Amino acid sequence: MAQIEYKGKNFEIDEDGFISSFDQWCPEWVDYVKSSEGISELTEEHWKVIHVLQDYYKKHGIAPMVRILTKVTGYKLKYIYELFPSGPGKGACKMAGLPKPTGCV
Amino acid sequence: MALKHKTPMLDELEKGPWPSFVTDMKRMAARKATCEDWLGLMEMSYEDKEGHWKHGGIVGVFGYGGGVIGRYCDRPELFPNVAHFHTIRVNQPASKFYSTEILRKLCDMWEEKGSGVTNMHGSTGDIILLGTTTDQLEPVFYDLTHEFGMDLGGSGSNLRTPACCVGKARCEWSCIDTQDITYDLTQEYQDALHRPMFPYKFKFKTSGCPCDCVAAIARADCSIIGTWRDKIRIDQEAVRAYAGGELVPHGGAGGSEKRAVDVQAEIVDLCPTRCMEWDGKTLKIWDEDCVRCMHCIRVMPRALRPGTDTGATILVGAKAPILEGAQLSSVVIPFMKMEAPYEEFKEFVEKMWDWWMENGKNRERLGELIQRLGLQEFLKNCELTPDPRMVNTPRYNPYIFYDPAEVPGGWEHDIAAYRSRHQA
Repeated sequence: MAQIEYKGKNFEIDEDGFISSFDQWCPEWVDYVKSSEGISELTEEHWKVIHVLQDYYKKHGIAPMVRILTKVTGYKLKYIYELFPSGPGKGACKMAGLPKPTGCV
Repeated sequence: MALKHKTPMLDELEKGPWPSFVTDMKRMAARKATCEDWLGLMEMSYEDKEGHWKHGGIVGVFGYGGGVIGRYCDRPELFPNVAHFHTIRVNQPASKFYSTEILRKLCDMWEEKGSGVTNMHGSTGDIILLGTTTDQLEPVFYDLTHEFGMDLGGSGSNLRTPACCVGKARCEWSCIDTQDITYDLTQEYQDALHRPMFPYKFKFKTSGCPCDCVAAIARADCSIIGTWRDKIRIDQEAVRAYAGGELVPHGGAGGSEKRAVDVQAEIVDLCPTRCMEWDGKTLKIWDEDCVRCMHCIRVMPRALRPGTDTGATILVGAKAPILEGAQLSSVVIPFMKMEAPYEEFKEFVEKMWDWWMENGKNRERLGELIQRLGLQEFLKNCELTPDPRMVNTPRYNPYIFYDPAEVPGGWEHDIAAYRSRHQA
């Protein structure tokens, strides 16, 4: 685990750049990680995806399936990739502070 | 050249006649520090009897949600050159025919940007480039797409890289153009392959005949297996030549020495449906009883050939044991013509995916969803008609569900009316 500091906040991250716990998440994290995820400016739509992921995670303790994310946000998967070029898992979940996806990836 | 790490256990695996992966790795280790550290790490695992890769790893390229398997060593201080050791899946050409030109280009690129080590090929079919660092992923992807006209394969909860047997390229039994089907499906469903959208992984495999050289029935959620529905073509002259010892049976696979084939014992008596007859001169086949198992054709390839009205049987649901137990695919379409652009097949695929995407639980393979909701539901949603060929044997328990619409009077009953006829 590596430690990084950004705008006065400290984050503990793993090799893939996921924060080690959801509690560390704050808006500064999103600002810090966006460029490495190929995003220059965050729009309201980015934030909508991030908030849907966080609300679902707080309620259910897991990240939603892609189909649920697309249904709740109303964004097609293609559009989610336009917002987050590395996709809902590596891109959006990482920015939302959710744990790293696991399984056969 | 002396290598950095001692590898006494791995060195044992350089002995014996089979090509040694250790010898190959050592040869590469003389040029690539990654391979040197890989050997050291592997020796350590042999010593400890434990793996030394960390759990998981999420890396990739922009635009795609899969194709790269991230991996990090758990002893980076000892083996810094394998601290990152990501695997890149590259979509292979159908049936894996190559020119040396493209392989040379690929190897030169990989030796520069990765470890130089490959797996030719992964079990699903991809060319596997084994071992590179995160910062090299986009450059490798750039070269693959811009220089070689190649793309990544699939990983994650998506359509994985389709694969097929050698097919019509060099097999006289292939009833369908397996390579064209594989290429066509791969191109048609690029989006499903690169951007995970399914409840779990999904695989297509295509075999030209029931010999199933790509093991489609065991290793694909949707297995496409070539077959025919007319008569086996018989060359009676050639049958007599096998019986007379002029032709070597099994194409020489049972020994290349010439011998007379006992047509009765080796073919007719072994036919699973006993639909053949041999009077010493003429072989007869009652094709309406033939299940097209391929046995007779395999024994006498010069005398017997599949029919000419060809197509495929479509089977679904194969998977490895996790979670609910291993499954082979089951027949859902006994026969379908398979001709480009495969529209009928694709209509079926899309209905099947719609049902699975809507109903599949997180990480539930199609075969498990069918187990949970029933083959009947699957057939209904894919608009297929139940057929005796879809079952091995009818159910033997009487827990039979009926659709209330098909039962006179439905499910709404008046208990008072019942009591007027029956005392409590």
